[in-house]
Amino acid sequence: MEKIYLAIAFTPLVGAIIAGFWGARIGRAGAHWVTSVGVGISAFLSIIVLLGFISGHREVFNGSVYTWMISDGITFEVGFLVDSLTAMMMAVVTFVSFCVHIYTIGYMAHDEENWPAGSRAGTNSYQRFFSYISLFTFSMLLLVMSNNFMQLFFGWEAVGLVSYLLIGFWSNRETAIFANMKAFLVNRVGDFGFLLGIAAVAMYFNTVDYAEVFAKAPELANTQIQIWGDTSWSLMTVICILLFVGAMGKSAQVPLHVWLPDSMEGPTPISALIHAATMVTAGIFMVARMSPLYELSETALSFILIIGATTAFFTGLIGLVQNDIKRVVAYSTLSQLGYMTVALGASAYAAGIFHLMTHAFFKALLFLAAGSVIIAMHHEQDMRKMGGLKKYMPITYWTSLIGSLALIGLPGFSGFFSKDSIIEAVHHSQIAGAGYAYLMVILGVFVTALYSFRMFFMVFHGEERMDEHTKHHLHESPKVVTVPLIMLAIPSVLIGGMTISGVVFGDWFKDVIHVAPAHDVLKEIGFHGTIGFFFHGLFALPTLLAAAGVGVAYMIYMKNPEIADKIKSAASPLYALLDKKYFFDELYQAVFAGGSRWLGKILWKAGDQTLIDGLVVNGSARSVGFFAGIIRQIQTGYLYHYAFAMILGLLLLLALFVN
Amino acid sequence: MQFEASNLIPVVPELFILSLACLVLVIDLFIDDEQRIFTYALTQVGLVFAIFITLSVGQTEAQIVFDGSYIRDGMSDVLKVSIYIVTIGAFLYSKEYLVEHGLFKGEYYVLGLFAVLGMMVMVSAQSFLTAYLGLELLSLSLYALVAFDRDSKTGSEAAMKYFVLGAIASGMLLYGISMIYGATGALNFTTVTTALMGTGMEDIVLVFGLVFVVIGLAFKLGAVPFHMWMPDVYHGAPTAVAQFLSSAPKIAAFALAMRLLVDGMLPLHSDWQQMLVILAILSMALGNVIAIAQTNIKRMLAYSTISHVGFIMMGILAGTSEGYSASMFYAIIYAVTSLGAFGIIILLSKKGFEAENLDDYKGLHERSPWFAAMMMLFMFSMAGVPPTVGFWAKLFVLDAVVSVELTWVALVGVFFSIIGAFYYIRIIKLMYFDKAENVLPVIGNLDTRIALSVNGVLMLALGLFPAALLTICVRAIGS
Repeated sequence: MEKIYLAIAFTPLVGAIIAGFWGARIGRAGAHWVTSVGVGISAFLSIIVLLGFISGHREVFNGSVYTWMISDGITFEVGFLVDSLTAMMMAVVTFVSFCVHIYTIGYMAHDEENWPAGSRAGTNSYQRFFSYISLFTFSMLLLVMSNNFMQLFFGWEAVGLVSYLLIGFWSNRETAIFANMKAFLVNRVGDFGFLLGIAAVAMYFNTVDYAEVFAKAPELANTQIQIWGDTSWSLMTVICILLFVGAMGKSAQVPLHVWLPDSMEGPTPISALIHAATMVTAGIFMVARMSPLYELSETALSFILIIGATTAFFTGLIGLVQNDIKRVVAYSTLSQLGYMTVALGASAYAAGIFHLMTHAFFKALLFLAAGSVIIAMHHEQDMRKMGGLKKYMPITYWTSLIGSLALIGLPGFSGFFSKDSIIEAVHHSQIAGAGYAYLMVILGVFVTALYSFRMFFMVFHGEERMDEHTKHHLHESPKVVTVPLIMLAIPSVLIGGMTISGVVFGDWFKDVIHVAPAHDVLKEIGFHGTIGFFFHGLFALPTLLAAAGVGVAYMIYMKNPEIADKIKSAASPLYALLDKKYFFDELYQAVFAGGSRWLGKILWKAGDQTLIDGLVVNGSARSVGFFAGIIRQIQTGYLYHYAFAMILGLLLLLALFVN
Repeated sequence: MQFEASNLIPVVPELFILSLACLVLVIDLFIDDEQRIFTYALTQVGLVFAIFITLSVGQTEAQIVFDGSYIRDGMSDVLKVSIYIVTIGAFLYSKEYLVEHGLFKGEYYVLGLFAVLGMMVMVSAQSFLTAYLGLELLSLSLYALVAFDRDSKTGSEAAMKYFVLGAIASGMLLYGISMIYGATGALNFTTVTTALMGTGMEDIVLVFGLVFVVIGLAFKLGAVPFHMWMPDVYHGAPTAVAQFLSSAPKIAAFALAMRLLVDGMLPLHSDWQQMLVILAILSMALGNVIAIAQTNIKRMLAYSTISHVGFIMMGILAGTSEGYSASMFYAIIYAVTSLGAFGIIILLSKKGFEAENLDDYKGLHERSPWFAAMMMLFMFSMAGVPPTVGFWAKLFVLDAVVSVELTWVALVGVFFSIIGAFYYIRIIKLMYFDKAENVLPVIGNLDTRIALSVNGVLMLALGLFPAALLTICVRAIGS
């Protein structure tokens, strides 16, 4: 039983190691074969595991693989917890990763053109890229399969590391380096909270094992602790909010969302894999996994709800004014992550995970389709220079259409089912902030439709705005690119309707996700079969808003393009606010980056150079060196001096001990 | 003493090594210089066999034979196997060096095997005389090995110093033993222990005896102020010999300390504890500080050994089984690390050129990134930087000392380790941040390169998974 899980997790690692260390030797084809086959095996086995859970003959596995150490009664282990939640995540991660591996073969085929001639970092960049994405798959699998907080943290940091490496993959570009630094630093903020949360768990529960922590949680539900002064805090609220701060960093929630749009500096395949489908959803997964803890703190749930709702609506608005095709998709990802977070806050964990899954497919599809367009446009990403691509790229066109429809929630498509369950769940939620959240997610539907179809029309319809040279070379992308698009398009349409009754409203997550009876909003929705849900949603407010969004987009960008400019000039302060992304970047740049540089400079000059370096380090080093120089003179090389030293030692000991 | 055949079963490994040494000696007489590789192969195969023999003879409970003068227990099994493995490694690394320096002779292996035999006797000693016998067998072989390059002036000088000082130390040890015999009327550890329980420290002769025995031990371990032979011997001896000298005998010296002090004189624990505290602190202080002033890497490693010996003694002085197993772990890890560090020196040394100055390591990263990385692992492990295994070795020892309320000793140890980290990290700085003075590629035989890689990766692997080896050590001490 355990072997299959080991194989799932470690085959990608083997591929990554081979392609990473021996990339030059096995060549480009060798690298993409070894990693793709590794991830392929992993995907195949994951699907077997998933099918096992669906048919019900596979049991939950919770066991340790290796005990790393036992310190002060806390056992640190490498272990797997594989239940229906994990199985689903494993299948999604490995499947999307597999599609991305294949797609990359086409996308990175001419990567050498992206590097200056003779650059050292550019040598074997193709192999390195494959090594990284396989390594990512491994890290992500360890994260989702973990049965304890330590391994969770390892996976958490490991995916962060690979994300950092991949955002700055084109390390010769100034902007890429800036973006990966930014992602790294912003994630530090989140991870600091996360680590404090884990530390709090270890401190009060005296264990880092999930099962033990969850079993002990109800006992500690009413514990109050003092952090600062005399104010007492509920332990559960503190732990949950700290852990969620980690999720805010990784899953890019306001105000820690600023790194995700910039991460689009990385190659498109990883934008799809890491910054849309999998890594950024780690926070969502983590909160769902910790549901037994979160259910004990309504304060934390409200906090999550409000953060998520804010992210869902306001980042969607920014998507309206972006002109870079990948950035539109990136803001869309932020907004959708907000939706998932809202679901968590409303205790509709199953709906959040469900949206995570459907989103993984259609968002990966949209990214890869955007990548396909970018390849055809010779790495031009500005939508103002596109248009009318429909006739040149039919497969990309149709798969993009499917992805966009799934994203805006056209009834029948995957996104419809998942988004509607979230909206319904929030509607039924009673906790503080639910009213605000409901308003945000409802308005978000309109915004989503608007920016999605704005992009769609600007890219595929309308007049052809590219230059003659590009136009001349326009053609559909090769099969390695289009086949993954088709592979992802199928679940984007079907998976929602097929699984909603089981995953969201059935007992798929029974015993895995814990929901307190008072919070069980999904039960209150009153689900009467998939067909019923479909018809109920067909004429409901969200669908109408989505249709309105598409209609407005059609009006503005197809019929009367001048409207767009009129609106822009009429509402210029608002436009400026959105264009500057609510000035988050400027604020952080000035306060945090500037402030810490200022502080750093002071510490460097006064603290480091004068005090530490001057006095302590150089001073003590000089004195140690001085003494060393003197004492070494004892070693004269004369035998009788040596013997004399021994006799002295003898006398010393005798004098001390004989009395 | 009555002879019983069953007495021989626990000593089968010793008998095997003895026969192997004799066999190698005889066979070597009949082969030419070109076929010397055969001697080498026979020795190595024999040592591998010895591992299996020792493991198959081993049982869980201890066996004491020859009228209580010889013991086979968990600790002796583990230490013997470690000694074989380290020796195999040392022979493997040194082969190329010996060939290039014209020292590839059968005597090297014969002396090596006798040294191994001496160490085995030390490890299994259960009476003062057996311990002394083993010690002398080891020492005599080592004196000869240090002078192995007959034409080297520094080699002969080092051997001479080593011999004279060793003789003084042996004299002191014997003198101490004779006084203990005088006070207790016995030589084997069990009887001595029983006798000591009655008298305690009132007997002045006993105190004299203890001091002299501890001094004899301190010399073998190389503790300050009985350390002076070490830098000169490491420096003067052929690098291959220095490598052997710095690795396996340290394990044996640990065993000797365990046997003499713990098995033999545990009732005097509070006294020898204080002596070891003094010696350990002096060793850590002097070893780490003087190492900084060295420009020769072999001398630097000699001082580094002295400081590590301080740590080994620190575990023993705790006087708990936790401390003993921590020390044992430390000794084994130190031997393996030192083996690797000298392995790199040997790899870089070529005919007529000894890579023994620190400057020879400048820019090693450019010449061979892989072996620079290996050297980095060895240095980090010696400095005790996680995730290498050296970190755990230090941690376990410190933990053991802290848990017997000797926190101040642990603090002193940490303090000097920090000072010591400087010279290890200086090597890394030289390798990675300085420009290479020569740009010759690093070449070595395949077996050496593989062994070094395994050795280096082991530092990391054991650092990530320290539990297995530690469990072995804990179990060995517990039995």
